[in-house]
Amino acid sequence: MSTEILMPALSPTMTEGNLSKWLIKKGDNVKAGDLIAEIETDKATMEVEAVDEGVVLDLLFDEGEANIPVNKAIAIIGDPNEKVEVKKESPEEKVIEEKKIEKNIEKKIESKKDQIIDTPSPKIEKDINLSSEEITMRQALRDTMAEEMRKDNKVFILGEEVAEYQGAYKVTQDLLQEFGKERVIDTPISEHGFTGLAVGAAFKGLRPILEFMTFNFSMQAIDQIINSAAKTLYMSGGQINCPIVFRGPNGAAAQVAAQHSQDFSSWYSQVPGLKVIAPSTPYNAKGLLRSAITDPNPVIFLENEILYGLKGRVNNDINFSIPIGKANIEKEGKDLTIVTYSIMLQKSKEAASRLKDQYNIDAEIIDLQTLRPLDKETILNSVKKTNRLITVEESWPFGSVGSEIANIVQRDAFDYLDSPVIKVNSADVPMPYSLSLEKLYLPQVNDIIDAAKKVSYIK
Amino acid sequence: MKKLQKADYIKMYSYMLKIRRFEERAAQLYGMGKIGGFCHLYIGQEAVVVGILMTIDKNDSVVTTYRDHGHMIARGLDPKRIMAELTGREDGYSAGKGGSMHMFSKENNFYGGHGIVGAQVPIGTGIAFTHKYNGEKNICRTYIGDGAMNNGQVFEAFNLAALWKLPVLYIIENNKYGMGTSVDRAAAGLDLYKRGEAFGIPGEKVDGMNVFSVIEAADKAGKYVREGNGPYIIEVQTYRYRGHSMSDPAKYRTKEELDNYKQTDPIEIVKAEILKKKIATNDEIEKINKDTLEEIKIAAEFATNSPFPNDSELYTDVYL
Ligand SMILES: Cc1ncc(C[n+]2csc(CCOP(=O)(O)OP(=O)(O)O)c2C)c(N)n1
Ligand SMILES: [Mg+2]
Repeated sequence: MSTEILMPALSPTMTEGNLSKWLIKKGDNVKAGDLIAEIETDKATMEVEAVDEGVVLDLLFDEGEANIPVNKAIAIIGDPNEKVEVKKESPEEKVIEEKKIEKNIEKKIESKKDQIIDTPSPKIEKDINLSSEEITMRQALRDTMAEEMRKDNKVFILGEEVAEYQGAYKVTQDLLQEFGKERVIDTPISEHGFTGLAVGAAFKGLRPILEFMTFNFSMQAIDQIINSAAKTLYMSGGQINCPIVFRGPNGAAAQVAAQHSQDFSSWYSQVPGLKVIAPSTPYNAKGLLRSAITDPNPVIFLENEILYGLKGRVNNDINFSIPIGKANIEKEGKDLTIVTYSIMLQKSKEAASRLKDQYNIDAEIIDLQTLRPLDKETILNSVKKTNRLITVEESWPFGSVGSEIANIVQRDAFDYLDSPVIKVNSADVPMPYSLSLEKLYLPQVNDIIDAAKKVSYIK
Repeated sequence: MKKLQKADYIKMYSYMLKIRRFEERAAQLYGMGKIGGFCHLYIGQEAVVVGILMTIDKNDSVVTTYRDHGHMIARGLDPKRIMAELTGREDGYSAGKGGSMHMFSKENNFYGGHGIVGAQVPIGTGIAFTHKYNGEKNICRTYIGDGAMNNGQVFEAFNLAALWKLPVLYIIENNKYGMGTSVDRAAAGLDLYKRGEAFGIPGEKVDGMNVFSVIEAADKAGKYVREGNGPYIIEVQTYRYRGHSMSDPAKYRTKEELDNYKQTDPIEIVKAEILKKKIATNDEIEKINKDTLEEIKIAAEFATNSPFPNDSELYTDVYL
């Protein structure tokens, strides 16, 4: 029996690899665990081990060959005495098998893409300082931190793997190199301790940017965030403020399950003394992060891992900022209002375009940008115009940001509503691991469309 | 300590090999997109969990971190069902809902599989509390990463365990790195086993590449804890051959460092000992190798053929 060795995906984002070096040759006897090749991925060069045993019957690619798709056979091992059997697979079967593999990869890429298509907002296009080049969200965040660190040496960064590793998600890339280890500081896995330390430093006048590797780990530190950072200005009768930014990825990534996929936007938005921001594009990430870093109060800055790779044009003025507390009307419309933020903006835009095509519904989309203080005025004005409202967010339904918006709207615009407000949230359960359940858990474009049809009384 | 029997040597070798083959296969399935999310491999650390296993009582409890596949195999759990959890299928130990990092088997006193660094330490202490409360002679083995040793709740747990003389054996798996941060960049005072001293918890350091050293220490410590003397800390010096998780290229260490550790490969050490002591012949070893490979291959097939959970499962198990 012969076995194909396939090009492995060595990172969640890898779709093809380069064969930098063979560590075996034809005729070699390989055992499970033996190193067989060096593969260059999108991130690094890694060694690959054999999983099966046998004699190397064929190497299907030469050293140095590039862009070999993941899951393509790169070598064949087996029993040399059965050599005749090697290519027994009929060409047809082979094609079917390859198609299957390709489809799998496509699906993987598709599901990733699904979540990160950006169509430029017409409003932003009018910005005269718009860069010609598109950059990623990751880079926009990085650049803004660097710009502010150049302006003010009281600004420094701390967190796990932010310095030497260049950030667990590479958001702090090269900052150590530029600012040195006094200002870009790797911490131990001591969230409660280093958060308290950063809060103390902010009380005493520094301006920390604290990265949580993900916001899931901010729960270890939530006491210092709420009981110390948020309340001390008040408790000290206005003497001691806390200029600090807590930032990092929030919400679901891909299949990292219950303890690593959680949206904290409504938790933090409940707390007086905190400001809460959730950017959705490279453009607003730049403007909002600058406002957060220069704000004299504690700011929770909720990023999204899946959006880190989202590309868009930005305003390159090093003083460009977007005010905290101001929502953005991403798309004007007259039939209903969709209020959303963060990654759900992209899904809402997709839903709006389908609503237009399929039902001739013209949706207005409001991207909150800041969750606290909430821009009530923009929401109310929109509802007064469209008379229908749905909210779309990734958090659990109970007491979510949408719950508060629904309350405000029924109180202040009751007479304008033509239908009940409908909220679209994640399922009211912990995040499951399995791919199929994960998809069901998260709000999808179809859920938004269904909600829009409901408030429009369309069957 | 009880003298190791021939069967013990074979058991150690088989289990360590099974863990390694399992992890290699998991890496392959990850590469094929059959496993998603985070996946942390145990390759290189096999002697730790297998050494500890040799001293375990059936009713003892275990709690560990997200790097848990090997821990489950060593607890005697079924590789088929472990792999099926990794692929997110119905037959997995958590019915596809937990994934690689969050696996449990109450029936086997295996209490996870925890994704939050440090969280398992007070939990393991609480399981030990229960053993004592119920008047059982059992102990809870609680595993801790070197990186986790800087997490505050670890010390709160140490204090509680010592204060109330709880039957908990803390095992620090010092594999030199917490993600990309080496121990010396994260911990002040490199002897992690001494961190219980202030609470009066005895501790010792052990060579974790050598399963025989692990067994000896685990036996001594286990007895101390089981006799009601309170907690004990073993710091096991080990090394992970792979990156922190599948997506970590591990650029923070040199190839020489890795190669050096491979020179003291824990599985090779046992194998050499078996051959030297003439416990098994080369052919018998080869047969174990073949059988193990086959067993894991079957596990992978099982895990990729098991059905995905039913959609309705999204809403089950939130409450009893
Ligand atoms: C509270 C918390 N902070 C951060 C993380 C992210 N994280 C996961 S594993 C890890 C490194 C842990 O290293 P160590 O304790 O040495 O265990 P090892 O991975 O080496 O087994 C980090 C920082 C987490 N899961 N939980
Ligand atoms: Mg470690």
